[in-house]
Amino acid sequence: MTILINLIVSIMAASTPLLLAAIGELVVERVAVLNLGVEGMMLMGAIAGFATAHETGSLWLALIAAVAAGALLSVVFAVLTLTLQANQTATGLALTIFGRGFSALVGAGYVGIAAPTLPKIHIPVLSDIPVLGAVLFSYDPLVYLALATLVAVAWFLARTHRGLILRAIGDQHDAAHVLGYKVIRIRYLAVLFGGAMAGLAGAYMSLAYTPLWAQDMIAGRGWVALALVTFSAWRPFWLLIGAWLFGGIMYLSLYVQGLGVPVPSAFLSALPYLGTVVVLVLISRDRRRIRLHRPAMLGRAFQATG
Amino acid sequence: MNGPLLRLNGIVKQFPGCLANDHVDLTVERNQIHALLGENGAGKSTLVKIIYGVMRPDEGEIIWQGENVTIQSPAHARRLGVGMVFQHFSLFEALTVAENIALGLNDAKDRVGLRDRIVKVSTSYGLPVDPDRTVHDLSVGERQRIEIVRCLLQNPKLLIMDEPTSVLTPKEAETLFTTLRRLAREGCSILYISHKLDEVRALCEAATVMRLGRVVAHCTPAEKTSRELAAIMISAELKPASERRPAPVGGKPRLVLDKLTMRATSEFGTSLQSISVTVRGGEILGIAGIAGNGQGELMDALSGETLAGKPETVLLDGVPAGHMGPYERRRLGGCFVPEERNGHGAVTTMSLAENAFLSAHLRGALVKLGVIDHRKTTAYANSIIHRFDVRTTGAKAMAKSLSGGNLQKFLVGREVLLDPAVLVISQPTWGVDAGAALAIHEAIIALAGEGAAVIIISQDLDEIFLLADRIAVIAAGRLSEPVPVREATLERIGLLMGGVSAPGSDTAHAETPTAAVETAHA
Amino acid sequence: MLSLQPRGYISTFWSWGSPVLALILTAVISGGIFAFMGRPPILTVYTFLISPLFAPDGLASLAVKAAPLIMMGVGLSLAYRANIWNIGTEGQFTIGAITAGGVALALPDAPAWALFPGLMIAGLAGGAIYALIVAWLRTRFNANEILTSLMLTYIAQYLLVYLVTGPWRDPEGFGFPQTALFSDAAAGPRLAEGSNLHLGLVLAPVIAVAASLLLGKTVLGFQLRVLGQAPRAAKFAGFVENRLVWLSMAISGGLAGLAGMFEVTGTQGQLTTNISPGYGFTAIIVAFLGRLNPIGVIPAGLLLALTYLGGDAAQISLGLSNAITGIFQGILLFCLLGSDVLILHRFRWRPRQAAKPKGATA
Repeated sequence: MTILINLIVSIMAASTPLLLAAIGELVVERVAVLNLGVEGMMLMGAIAGFATAHETGSLWLALIAAVAAGALLSVVFAVLTLTLQANQTATGLALTIFGRGFSALVGAGYVGIAAPTLPKIHIPVLSDIPVLGAVLFSYDPLVYLALATLVAVAWFLARTHRGLILRAIGDQHDAAHVLGYKVIRIRYLAVLFGGAMAGLAGAYMSLAYTPLWAQDMIAGRGWVALALVTFSAWRPFWLLIGAWLFGGIMYLSLYVQGLGVPVPSAFLSALPYLGTVVVLVLISRDRRRIRLHRPAMLGRAFQATG
Repeated sequence: MNGPLLRLNGIVKQFPGCLANDHVDLTVERNQIHALLGENGAGKSTLVKIIYGVMRPDEGEIIWQGENVTIQSPAHARRLGVGMVFQHFSLFEALTVAENIALGLNDAKDRVGLRDRIVKVSTSYGLPVDPDRTVHDLSVGERQRIEIVRCLLQNPKLLIMDEPTSVLTPKEAETLFTTLRRLAREGCSILYISHKLDEVRALCEAATVMRLGRVVAHCTPAEKTSRELAAIMISAELKPASERRPAPVGGKPRLVLDKLTMRATSEFGTSLQSISVTVRGGEILGIAGIAGNGQGELMDALSGETLAGKPETVLLDGVPAGHMGPYERRRLGGCFVPEERNGHGAVTTMSLAENAFLSAHLRGALVKLGVIDHRKTTAYANSIIHRFDVRTTGAKAMAKSLSGGNLQKFLVGREVLLDPAVLVISQPTWGVDAGAALAIHEAIIALAGEGAAVIIISQDLDEIFLLADRIAVIAAGRLSEPVPVREATLERIGLLMGGVSAPGSDTAHAETPTAAVETAHA
Repeated sequence: MLSLQPRGYISTFWSWGSPVLALILTAVISGGIFAFMGRPPILTVYTFLISPLFAPDGLASLAVKAAPLIMMGVGLSLAYRANIWNIGTEGQFTIGAITAGGVALALPDAPAWALFPGLMIAGLAGGAIYALIVAWLRTRFNANEILTSLMLTYIAQYLLVYLVTGPWRDPEGFGFPQTALFSDAAAGPRLAEGSNLHLGLVLAPVIAVAASLLLGKTVLGFQLRVLGQAPRAAKFAGFVENRLVWLSMAISGGLAGLAGMFEVTGTQGQLTTNISPGYGFTAIIVAFLGRLNPIGVIPAGLLLALTYLGGDAAQISLGLSNAITGIFQGILLFCLLGSDVLILHRFRWRPRQAAKPKGATA
């Protein structure tokens, strides 16, 4: 039973950074922008959060710094792609390359150092309930924030007028422009949101999940988050399922390694990436389903006329 | 509260390389249906975009209900009481009717009780729509109704309509006219952009004619004949349409479709259903139909971009070709001009020579051992430019630098000079100036005269009646039995075109004869 | 306010001027970052960009570093021209190194004239086949090649680690994660006695020229270009997209594998867990900097090779972490993407209110 509880708790933790980053990117893609720089923004968030936590001792400041770092990098992306009309794929890659380099540089001084970590919450009565308490009420705040953001985004997109505008831009940005909506401005806001969430996801990694800093510690999770968005067919509920799935695979590969099973550890470490490929293939095969939900303008450049 | 509803004084709008509006004056009175006439590129679209606040004029005044205004944005225009129904709808495919309409209403209070108001307004004006249906499921006529209802919900004083009947069956057009007349009576003026002269004469009380950015005339359409109006619009001696050739006799079948059936590749496409037709050498088959009924899919099936299941479904000069791609079909003598010039028929960022290579590399023998024969390719491109009077700096010019008409002449010429057995053209003169259109028509007629089989897919009924020997109609992916042009009346064709929409569409009204039919009987 | 207006044509001047502008901007921005870090900006930029050229054997080191970058950049320029986004050159590089290394380890006594060509083929084939997995996933399953090629990169790295710490570990290597040294024969011909100037240095520009001819003069090259600029037109022309995906992945993957082979046989002489300081990703920048033109890739490759040497120089003489290289490359790509706007657009001052009513009032 304890094993099951540990499994659930660990999968929730492993899925949280994926969920945080993916929610951000989902909003970005719903407004038909493709930001491949999630990995870079997560790295920036991770080091910004870690360094701030170490220097100031304040976790609040650390989280704010992480959000700011991710958002700042995403502004560069927005300026290049939305205002200067640069190629979105190349710019996203540039973000990742830069993010890796920058975080490695700043992080050089923080390898092997300890910093304050995010505590798990403890609600007086609820957390002490035998099984459910551990499974539902004992996570660190970012786990709950991820879930809350997911619900908020889902509601926003489906039920509010502003969410409708966002979906409309993703469907037909020229029509939205003709109707008078500020396509570029709304895209800027969406990209900023995506950057902020990615930064937060990175901070989760360095402050809660493996509370330390190591070069390249995001280890491809940013790319997995991108795959997650496609997997979910741009629908928030499926994002959660996917995050659990991918997070589960990532966790299990570590767990099995720890068991001392006679499988080469390299293979087990490669498992999450292999799994991502397999899932991507399974999802992409259903072209109809993808075309049904895919924001029609994804990847298309927008030129405001007049 | 008297005086004209809208007055434009001296509007100027300049784009890089093009003066779209050159000191344009326009006056729309109250309760008036006012036509804005002109060829493609005359500046009509730009002018109405200025009225609707999508663009700002560089110079000039807009006087609305007696007051000088600057229209900041479409939302502002709507607040003033201007509504616009675009030629190319600004609709969102993946969203519902209600959501689409909600997006056009900026004030939250306008959105209260929206669903019910949509039903009420749409039915009362004879344009019923279901608020919960997703747009991509709707026909073109139904989509236009959404656009109109969206405008009507805001109680406009001026409704601008940009080429509204280009996507309607004749019957749907009649319904629309009834609605427009009622709106004008009740206090909403209509600014009606069209190049369909008979409609304008039937519907509009006043007309402003534009040419190349300038206003060239104001008139009362009913007092002029279509011919006179056309003459004002293009101000060239209207050359009489080419002598109708005698109907060809006994050419061998060069293109045969046998029960061609193709499932739509996407949610928004049209499936082709058991299309069978034979086109003989020397014959021109015109395929009429409203956009979105399978024309694109048919073009792809003919060119080989989508493959038919069985080879015998498509026969080119008797050879089963259903399984062949465009490359092999060209080897058999098939030549194709698709509907979309930019990005499909031509690569806009490449030179004319390279674009010539695109389809001519096989039949024009422009390749040696895998290497492009630049000299020959350039020579071929030059021969096209010369024979078809393409205005350009040369074979090295980028396709993007040509006007629509010139590029289309080049693309048609590219195929015609390959001596095709079968030529399939979709929308031959869409977006093309009158001079180029004439040249293209003559080229098509000449090609048929030399024994090729020609298929024209077009939404322009005038063009079809002008060129075709037989006419068929494509509707919902089905092709009607071809009818010799002399036996085809507009009424019959119109009914066939409307075959999909409005089940229970009843008695046809007496149709107004079109200019083309006038010519045919002349 | 400042506004961006389309030119309506492609500015040739800025097509080649943009990378120059980007380089200048990058130097300035990097100088700014150095200053912020408390370092003398001009000296640091000089150490980074200029000093490696004057070091002893500076030009030779530059050429050796540039060769794999150029090879991979050329392959990528072809693929990117066709809009096929192979992001996995790092992984294809690794696999090419593995296959070539495997052959070298298996045949320690083979003579050079037989072994070396065999290694080249092994490297080429390894990279190509690994890339073809991505092509297969795209053509058969419609899977996005960016994500799949990236995931495969991680997998390739783990494969390398497994081999080098497991079955291929050097029994006499004191337990270090590395294979035995390859035979001298494996290193192949040298351009100068005793130097490390391997054949790749000659091959790289040759490959660039060949690719340039392919792209500009052959039907295949034309097909790739049309596919990239107008996929619908490519279909119209009868060009088979799937075939072009296979070919471009095979070429870019094969060249990456070849680069990997030269790196481990020519320069490193063995397989370790860390054979590439991110060459595969840098190659992406090289391709863009070279304007996706195989000939342009040559100076681009040299410049980015310089950044690697510069990073090392900065580390040695100024005590800076050589992560500087990554930052510089990232900034360079940013500035390049930004400067590219000038190719198709120009900046104009526009008065705020464009529509002040002029002329006589009613």
